[in-house]
Amino acid sequence: MSLRSNVLDLRKRKKEVQKGGGDKAIEKQVKMGKLTARERILALLDKNSFHEYDLFVEHAAKDFGMEGKTLHGDGVIIGTGTIYNKPVCIFAQDFTVAGGSLGLMHARKITKIMDHALKMRVPLIGINDSGGARIQEGVNSLAGYGEIFFRNTLASGVIPQISVILGPCAGGAVYSPALTDFVFVVENISKMFITGPSVVKSVLGEEVSMEELGGARVHAEITGNAHFYAQTELDCFEQIKTLISYIPRNNSRKALAHKPKAPLKGTKVEDIVPADPRIPYDMREVIKSITDGSEFLEVMEDFAPNIIIGFGRMNGETVGFVANQPMVLAGVLDIDSSDKAARFIRYCDSFNIPIVTMEDLPGYLPGVDQEHAGVIRHGAKILYAYSEATVPKITVIVRKAYGGGYIAMNSRHLRADFVFAWPTAEIAVMGPEGAANIVFRKEIAEAENPEEMRQQKIEEYKQKFANPYVAAAQGYIDEVIEPSETRARILHALQVSENKSASMPAKKHGIPPF
Amino acid sequence: MAEEKEFKNLVVQGAVYKTTFTKKFENRVNYVSPNPNEIYSFIPGTIIDLFVKTKQKVKEGETLLLLEAMKMENQVRMPFNGEIVKIHIKKGDVIPKRHLMLEIRPI
Repeated sequence: MSLRSNVLDLRKRKKEVQKGGGDKAIEKQVKMGKLTARERILALLDKNSFHEYDLFVEHAAKDFGMEGKTLHGDGVIIGTGTIYNKPVCIFAQDFTVAGGSLGLMHARKITKIMDHALKMRVPLIGINDSGGARIQEGVNSLAGYGEIFFRNTLASGVIPQISVILGPCAGGAVYSPALTDFVFVVENISKMFITGPSVVKSVLGEEVSMEELGGARVHAEITGNAHFYAQTELDCFEQIKTLISYIPRNNSRKALAHKPKAPLKGTKVEDIVPADPRIPYDMREVIKSITDGSEFLEVMEDFAPNIIIGFGRMNGETVGFVANQPMVLAGVLDIDSSDKAARFIRYCDSFNIPIVTMEDLPGYLPGVDQEHAGVIRHGAKILYAYSEATVPKITVIVRKAYGGGYIAMNSRHLRADFVFAWPTAEIAVMGPEGAANIVFRKEIAEAENPEEMRQQKIEEYKQKFANPYVAAAQGYIDEVIEPSETRARILHALQVSENKSASMPAKKHGIPPF
Repeated sequence: MAEEKEFKNLVVQGAVYKTTFTKKFENRVNYVSPNPNEIYSFIPGTIIDLFVKTKQKVKEGETLLLLEAMKMENQVRMPFNGEIVKIHIKKGDVIPKRHLMLEIRPI
């Protein structure tokens, strides 16, 4: 027998298995508006870069009629490839094979590629499209999930982990994405929940559709489980590639530098921000006025939009931005925004990405709902994250920096490396209105015309404290700068910080308030 | 600015800020101090039994009704010695969470 016939046999076998669940199941998948698992991998990775492993793996289940049933690849495709010529490990659940259900061998394939990613220190991308546990395989499928979650945790902060939800992801399965760094969802395709609409209805009598309970929009806007939202799968893959271009391959490297670019000409930063601290503006415009090419990749755009997080480049190098957004809820800190920012700060710190903080906030959001939902412990997250971060930390105080909000937003006291303030900055325990009412309570109450006295005292307080110079006199801010100098100052600060050496006391790990 | 009309006011420590609200913020539930004379359901479920009538005097700790939820029968008890003022439910009713079930008063 010639070698040729062996090769032909191999090709035949491969072709057979690569069809996944077969033409009928593929047709169904397409009808749902979804690409197949293989198409997804090929669309995401560099052309001709994908190499598959464990194609011929088969399940060994015996119960409930599983014996003799062939499930190609056991419902998941694993392999390696490249994005922008840099290696990644990837798995994609194949919904056409037994609904992408997770059995023992399916899980083993996933954990194999996860182990590989961690050992090789390359990013891991997981495409989720699965009906959940393969019930016929019982406790083995639970074991499989557990092994995956454990590895997600091991790899956390070592390699980037990206989850792409392109179909259902329900029950225990949701906890793998939840443990990873970035979750991508697509309109009408992604569905994530712990208990589905039918259980919710039967137990609680609450009528809710799958989309309303755990659709893409819900996770992008309400729950904060998703970091990126796209209209189509192909848009989603473009977002993943863009993200990959901003982040390093692992925690011992820096993100690859790009060619430095100047911000786009046009908007001047001083034209964006009104001097009156009570009038809003779009902080994203301020960020874009200082980043290379005015490019900014916003993360969690629609969740807690009162704080902005995302990546931009300064002189070609990746920088993480955290910024209050006066346009939404006056830019206050609250439970959601603290949680959102804290996690991002920890991400940047883990992956050697300097953090630039743009500050303009009136403080924490008042309200019984906030207090009862635990704004104390949730609000503490952002303090913890900034204090713990040892990457270069630069703050620009644009306007208001009041009270606890001032301390929390990477103040000098949390060991910010550079703190700049615009001349419009107001660093104070609270705004003039609130402060005057307390400090001059007696004078106001005893005045012939209390309202007139109140205004007079507010003005007095404004003159005295609503400026950056009181804090500058203490050295709490390093320099009061002109708005047009912002980019140059940050660039210089980053240059000076390039070999920053700072560390935390030796410990196993801290106990952050989560 | 053309969008200026859409801005809303948010008061933080005496200062009024022009800004926009999120859906989540607008949908937040305003806090109402609980009235000890009103008994609400703490979970959605089914009233499987009701043991009291209007004007009946009830001692603290006596079971007023059974609310079945999540396959559990929950006994709803009288919080103090008092009287049943008004009953808003009947046996077999399926009720949501925070549904007013009984009005009572201490005696």
